[in-house]
Amino acid sequence: MSAGTIFDIKKFAIHDGPGVRTTVFLKGCPMGCWLCHNPESQAFSSDLLLRHGRCDMCGDCVEACPLDAISLNEKSVHIDRSRCDLCGACVDACLLDALEIAGRTATVAEVMEEVEKDAVFYEQSGGGVTFSGGEPLSQPDFLFGLLRACKERGFDTALDTCGHAEPEVFRKVAEHVDMFLYDLKLVDDSRHLQFTGASSEPIHTNLRWLADIGAEVLIRFPLLPGINDDDENIEALGRLLSCLPVRYPVDVLPYHRMGVDKYERLGREHKIPELQPPSEEDILSVASTLKDYGLHVKVKGEEV
Amino acid sequence: MNERVKRLRQCSLDAKPTVSSERAELITEFYESDHETSSAAIRRARAFKHLMENKAVCIQDGELIVGERGPTAKATPTYPEVCCHSLQDLEILDSREKVWFAVDQRTRELFHQRFIPFWKGKSLRELIFANMTDEWKDAYEAGIFTEFMEQRAPGHTVLDDKIYRKGFLDFKADIQESLSRLDWLNDPEALEKREQLEAMDTCCDALIAFANRYAAKARELAERTSDTGRKAELERIGEVCERVPAHAPRDFWEALQYYWFVHVGVISELNTWDAFNPGHLDRHLYPFYRKGLDEGTLTDEGARELLQCLWVKFNNQPAPPKVGVTAEESNTYTDFAQINTGGVMEDGSDGVNELTYILLDVIEEMRLVQPSSSVQLSKKNPDRFLRRAAKIIRTGFGQPSIFNADLIVQELIRQGKNVEDARNGGSSGCVEVGAFGKENYNLTGYFNMPKVFEITLNNGVDPRTGKKIGIETGDPTRFGSFEALLDAYRRQLGHFIDIKHRGNNVIEKLWATHIPTPFLSVLIDDCIADGKDYHAGGARYNTSYIQGVGLGTLTDCATAIKHHVFDEQTIGMSELLDGLSHDFEDHDKLQKVLLNRTPKFGNDDEYPDSVMRELFEAYFEAVDGRSNTRGGNYHINLLPTTCHIYFGSVVGATPDGRKAWQPLSEGVSPVQGADRHGPTAVLKSVAKMDHARTGGTLLNQKLAPGLMDGEEALDKFVHLVRSYFRLDGHHIQFNVVDVEMLRAAQEDPDKYRDLIVRVAGYSDYFCDLGKALQDEIIARTEHGDF
Repeated sequence: MSAGTIFDIKKFAIHDGPGVRTTVFLKGCPMGCWLCHNPESQAFSSDLLLRHGRCDMCGDCVEACPLDAISLNEKSVHIDRSRCDLCGACVDACLLDALEIAGRTATVAEVMEEVEKDAVFYEQSGGGVTFSGGEPLSQPDFLFGLLRACKERGFDTALDTCGHAEPEVFRKVAEHVDMFLYDLKLVDDSRHLQFTGASSEPIHTNLRWLADIGAEVLIRFPLLPGINDDDENIEALGRLLSCLPVRYPVDVLPYHRMGVDKYERLGREHKIPELQPPSEEDILSVASTLKDYGLHVKVKGEEV
Repeated sequence: MNERVKRLRQCSLDAKPTVSSERAELITEFYESDHETSSAAIRRARAFKHLMENKAVCIQDGELIVGERGPTAKATPTYPEVCCHSLQDLEILDSREKVWFAVDQRTRELFHQRFIPFWKGKSLRELIFANMTDEWKDAYEAGIFTEFMEQRAPGHTVLDDKIYRKGFLDFKADIQESLSRLDWLNDPEALEKREQLEAMDTCCDALIAFANRYAAKARELAERTSDTGRKAELERIGEVCERVPAHAPRDFWEALQYYWFVHVGVISELNTWDAFNPGHLDRHLYPFYRKGLDEGTLTDEGARELLQCLWVKFNNQPAPPKVGVTAEESNTYTDFAQINTGGVMEDGSDGVNELTYILLDVIEEMRLVQPSSSVQLSKKNPDRFLRRAAKIIRTGFGQPSIFNADLIVQELIRQGKNVEDARNGGSSGCVEVGAFGKENYNLTGYFNMPKVFEITLNNGVDPRTGKKIGIETGDPTRFGSFEALLDAYRRQLGHFIDIKHRGNNVIEKLWATHIPTPFLSVLIDDCIADGKDYHAGGARYNTSYIQGVGLGTLTDCATAIKHHVFDEQTIGMSELLDGLSHDFEDHDKLQKVLLNRTPKFGNDDEYPDSVMRELFEAYFEAVDGRSNTRGGNYHINLLPTTCHIYFGSVVGATPDGRKAWQPLSEGVSPVQGADRHGPTAVLKSVAKMDHARTGGTLLNQKLAPGLMDGEEALDKFVHLVRSYFRLDGHHIQFNVVDVEMLRAAQEDPDKYRDLIVRVAGYSDYFCDLGKALQDEIIARTEHGDF
């Protein structure tokens, strides 16, 4: 398929693989992690976002909405999302860009046209294109088309994935991926199911396969206080990774609060809004536990 | 840095800028008593000699490099023959909040009793204004352009390696040689040439005499001190000052001291723009450094200490006090002496050496706004060089700025320099290029491109005053196409560039006739060989620049009209003009559409970027290739110093959604906040103009500190710069501070006195900047961590 749904293309992405990169965000994810920092990436359909900070309460959106789903109260704009059919009329009317639709259909050619613009930076830096999400593997044909187009152009490709995909799908796509940024959150299957809504089984299967074929992988471990920072999970993670035929490096990504207000924009509840980032000490202690398994551990991409 | 340097640096930081009457007294004294009928050049030379033989000699405790322009650090002279300050000017200088100079009662008295009466009607500034046409004055007052030469001298040049090979006695011999070659039978200018050469000869004596006075002072102090360590140092200083500048330097110390005497000479003779500058210091000093190490007479530590002592001397010399429009366009203590590092050698090989890294260490350790510093990055230079510079940049001090050395060579060759002269050239001031030691490249004034666009939209009338100062280029509501609007703009542009050009021709002649500069002429090829003054075309190359300001604003204005009025036809021209004339009051929606529903320059979007190219070409066509009076040509560059604030203050609401009197975009940067796709998109957009056909462009980028943390991020920064230069970008500079810190500094300036930011081609203390400029720096898009 030559078209799919994306919700963003970010340039000068410098934390998504080697060199200077462009990251293409594909929309929709089979998992539903509680603390997802890109909540607008989760649904396969579009989402309407409202940034209160940009709104000057002009009321243009209220007038524009054909379904009367938007109203003004004294302090803010209110969207009745049960009525909204995501037609986008309010977004067109909002001249301050306080309203935004996340999710648009794009063809491979359209995405490539944008990706192409930074080719000089990829060439100079050994960078390339990263596909992230959502879970890009959830749109396998589109993703495959994008990856193939990148390889035809000679661009380095990276896939930022949670690993939750059918093995056949995974293996087909892998042929055009130079590097995997592989997210692991919880090792125990039942805890994984509880936190993400999905089994960890296919994730482990796919990771093992990557290790078997010797693919290049960077494990990304989002460190979420109270959710996956317990000794049991860290030890299990260390065991899992140290048993693979390839010792993959691990990048510990401490929880940050930048996703919190995105939930508000979407009119959704953040499950633990008061959750604070882990302390420096906790981060180093986790890193040190993982190191004891003979793993190469980084924190936010930097050596520790 | 060692205890000595720490103390000297602190003394320099603590020294209060004052207006010193010393120079004005000596110069006035000379001209009061000099009733000879000799030529202007001879009189200027004698005045210079009188100054250098009589000004105070100042050696501060602990100094190794000596020589001050004023009687003491930051005692800043005035140049009454150029611009004699009024009592009101002095009051403004003394009391203004930013960039002030203390003026004591005695100085005010001297101005009142002596300088003002004597120089009234004689200063070059008065002469310039008396010779300008009404249309020039109208345009000047409307803020179409500024005039660099109305209170400062056309210096704008940089030294090459000649002083490291020759002493002033050698220059005197060259002058004699040139005199002996005068062709009295066939050369109608033989007499003028003799006058110029004799004036140069007198100036050589003047500098040697000045150095000898330092030698004597050092010996006198050596005799008086009981500190044996200091005694030895003073004796050595005495020896050095006796040796240079009369003779070529033999070692590292002598080389540095020699340069400094020359520097003081240039900035004492006149208040040259951009002070003066040793250029490629790493390459010039390297042979002395190497020899010292090999012979065991110099250590890295010793070299570092001497360099740091020189740095302090630069910081002791604030830019001469400016007033009026000139203060608006360049309101800073910084005097733009830009030390170059790296680049390529005359034979094209890699110019980075071990001393380059020592210089970078010194820049980082000293952390002073003066001297300014740059890395000249060639594809031949190692990444280690850029990484070392990046580590300084990320400390948030705005230095060094980064130049594309290979492109600069291209630019200079396009302008007609030979390849060796081009490679020995570099950048100075903010970003402008020149052939060091061989070129007089004058920045003649900033040019307000959005103002010309505004006048075009008003058919020749300046809407701020209602006065018709332009030509009638047609009623914009009748333009049938975007091309018709562009045509009108081009004609309006040509009209004002003509006015500026005509004014420049007169001003250049006034300088050459009334205030020749025989001392500077000694230093720049081929003034001695041709017996011609620097101001009269004596330099090998003679360039005039007119610096375009507000290309980003201009592009977004034109793009908005192209998009809404002509392509989409969603806004009528009358409706737009009505909104502008009301500064968007009750036209709220129109402003929002212009701001947020319009393609903007700086996003790697071909729609606005192609408009930018047309406007760039229009400016290039209007300026490039015109002739100046010195046998050279005009070229463009695009930089603002602080002028985008002043120029913005005379431009009403603009079609890009900008409210009236707000700052314009600066340099070639996008409009503040209009770039929304990150730094790579900005670099791509900006690289779409042909930098090779300019004499310098200035790009500011603000980065959040986190973006350069860690080794990997530093690598990516290096790649970002290298990529921009692969695309033939000319220059890039970075501010690495977060917005919160800048806001906090505005709230509580006392806590942030040491906060240095990149302004435009130079760094300055944030708290010394005016509120409007502070706000503008905050508004420049910060590219944060994605």
